[in-house]
Amino acid sequence: MNRSLLGRIWPNAAAIVLALGFVFPVYWMFTTAFKPNSDIITEDPVWFPLHGTFEHFSTAVNAPNFWTLVGNSVTVTVLAVGLSLLIALCGSFAIARMRFKGRKGIILTFMVAQMAPWEVLVISVYMIVRDADMLNSLVPLTFFYMLMVLPFTLLTLRGYVAAVPKELEESAMVDGCTRRQAFVKIIFPLLAPGLMATSLFGFITAWNEFPLVLVLNKEPDKGTLPLWLSQFQSQFGDDWGATMAAASIFAVPILVLFLFLQRKAVSGLTAGAVKG
Amino acid sequence: MSVQIEDAVRDSAPRIGKGGAPPPRRGRGTGRAARSAPYLLLIPALAATAVFLGWPMVRNLVISFQNLNMKQLIQHLTEWRGFDNYAEVLGGEQFWRVTLRTIVFTAVNVTLIMVLGVLIGLLLARLGKKMRLTLSVALVLTWAMPAIAATTVFQWLFDARYGVVNWVLDALGWHSMARFDWVGSQLSTFFVITVLIVWQSLPFVALNLYAATTTIPKELYEAARMDGAGTWKVFTSVTFPFLKPFFLATTFLEVIWVFKAFPQIFAINEGGPDRLTETLPIYAFTEGVGNLHFGMGAAISLLTIVVLLAMTAYYLRLTLKQEEDEL
Repeated sequence: MNRSLLGRIWPNAAAIVLALGFVFPVYWMFTTAFKPNSDIITEDPVWFPLHGTFEHFSTAVNAPNFWTLVGNSVTVTVLAVGLSLLIALCGSFAIARMRFKGRKGIILTFMVAQMAPWEVLVISVYMIVRDADMLNSLVPLTFFYMLMVLPFTLLTLRGYVAAVPKELEESAMVDGCTRRQAFVKIIFPLLAPGLMATSLFGFITAWNEFPLVLVLNKEPDKGTLPLWLSQFQSQFGDDWGATMAAASIFAVPILVLFLFLQRKAVSGLTAGAVKG
Repeated sequence: MSVQIEDAVRDSAPRIGKGGAPPPRRGRGTGRAARSAPYLLLIPALAATAVFLGWPMVRNLVISFQNLNMKQLIQHLTEWRGFDNYAEVLGGEQFWRVTLRTIVFTAVNVTLIMVLGVLIGLLLARLGKKMRLTLSVALVLTWAMPAIAATTVFQWLFDARYGVVNWVLDALGWHSMARFDWVGSQLSTFFVITVLIVWQSLPFVALNLYAATTTIPKELYEAARMDGAGTWKVFTSVTFPFLKPFFLATTFLEVIWVFKAFPQIFAINEGGPDRLTETLPIYAFTEGVGNLHFGMGAAISLLTIVVLLAMTAYYLRLTLKQEEDEL
C-alpha cells in the first residue's frame, strides 16, 4: 500500500471508531429504554431494539410526581433564563457602550462571580433559604439559577453589543429615532445570535442543576427533574429499562435544543477563541 | 458541563478589542441623566449578584466560625468557635488526604482531556467534509448529554452483571471481569468517573480546537512545510504558539470544571466506597449537609475555594492583567 493511501485511510478509520465510541452511551440509553426486560437482563447484550416497547416510558411517566416535576423544571428554567437575559441585556449595554467610573471593577466582579463555586456554597444557601422559610419553594431556586447564568450571559452579550457598529445606532438616531427606538429596531435584531447562544447555555445550566435542589427542595413534589432522575434511579435500582427511559426523557429537550442551535452556539464560542 | 460551557462562552465571545472601546459620550443627553444611565442599567445585575452570591459567601464565612450542628440549628442557637473549625479541619488527616486526592484527580482528568481533545481536534481538521460532519455530530450529541443523565447511563454501562462493559471485557478474554463490581473499590470507581468526565469534556475541547485551527493563516503552515517541518514540528512551531491563548483558557476552564465536578461523583457512588472517592466539594457536602456539621462543612468549603483559587491563580492573574490592558 502506498503511503498517501494509508494517509487517507487512517484518519477516516480513527474518525469512525471515535464517532462510535462517543455515540455509544447515548445510543445505549435510548435503545435500552425501548427494549423489553427480557432483552435487557440477558447474559449477552441485545445490540438492536428489535422488540420495541414503550412500557419503560410509561413506568417513568407514571412515576409519582413526574408531571409536577416537569412543570417545576420548565418553570424554574424558563423564568431563570428569561430574567437573566433581561437583566444582562441592560447591564451589557452599559458596559459595552458607556464609560463611567468603576467600570473595571464591575467587570471584574462579574468575572469573579462566574467562577462561583455553587457546589460548596450549598450550606450557606441552605441556611439563608431556611431562615427565610422558603425551603421547598421554587422561588429561591429560580433566583439562584438566574444568578448562576447571569454573569456569563452579561459578559457574553457585552461582546455582541460591542460588535454592533455604533454608526448604525447613530445614523438611526440621525434619522429621527429615539435612543430606545434605535435599540429596539436596530441593535436588538443584531443581537439575536448572542441571545440564542446565551439562552441555550443558560437553559442547560438551569435544567441540569443538582446540588442546590438536592439540599433545598426535599419534598417529593417540590424538586426538579435532575433530582427526580437521581431518586428514580435509586428507587428503581435494577430496572434499567425504566431508568434509561427516565434518563432519555430528561436528556431529550437539551439534545434537541443543542442540535438546533449548535451551529450558532459553536460559532459564537469560537468567534473570539483565539483572541491574542 | 454547564459551568464549563458558561465560562467558555465568556472566554470566547467576541470582545471589545483595544481601541474598540467607545469614546466618552459627553454632550449627549442632559448631564446628570446621562451620567447616571450606566449605573441605572447595572443596578439589577449588581443587586442580584450581591444578594444571591455575595450574601451566601458572607454567610458561609460567618458559619465557618460557628459551632453549628443539628441541635444548634433546631434551637436557633449561635455558638461561636473562633478558628476551631479550621484548626480541626487543618489538623486532621482527612482534609489533606482529600485535597491531595482532588489535585491528583483534577490533574489526571485535565491532562487526559487536553491531550485527547487536541488530538481529536487536529483529526477533525484533517478529515474530509462528510467524515468531519459525522464525527462532529457524535461530539455534539455527547456534549449535550446532561450530566445526571450521562451518569445514570454510565452506571448502566458499568453494571456488574448485565453491563455491556463487563460483557465486552469477558468476550475479549478477560474472564475475571465478567461480574466485576466497578464501584467496589476506590481505583475502579475513579476509573468509571474519569471515563465519564473525559468522555463528556472531550467534545468541547475538540470542536473548539478544530474551529480555532481554521483561523490560523494558511501561509504559516505553508512556510513551515517549506522549511521541511514534520507534523510534530508544525504543531509546536505554528499551531501551538498561535493558539496559546486558547490552550490557556481551555485548560483553566477544565481545571475549574473537573475540580468542581459534583453530580458525576455524587451520583455514581456518593463518594464511596468508604468515602474513598470524595473530592473536596463532595467532602464539604458530606460533612456539612450529610453529617449535619454545618460549621465544619462551611469551613471546608472556604478552604476548598482557597485551594481552587491557588490552582487557578496563574491564569486569573493573566486574565486580569489582560482585562486591564483592554480597558
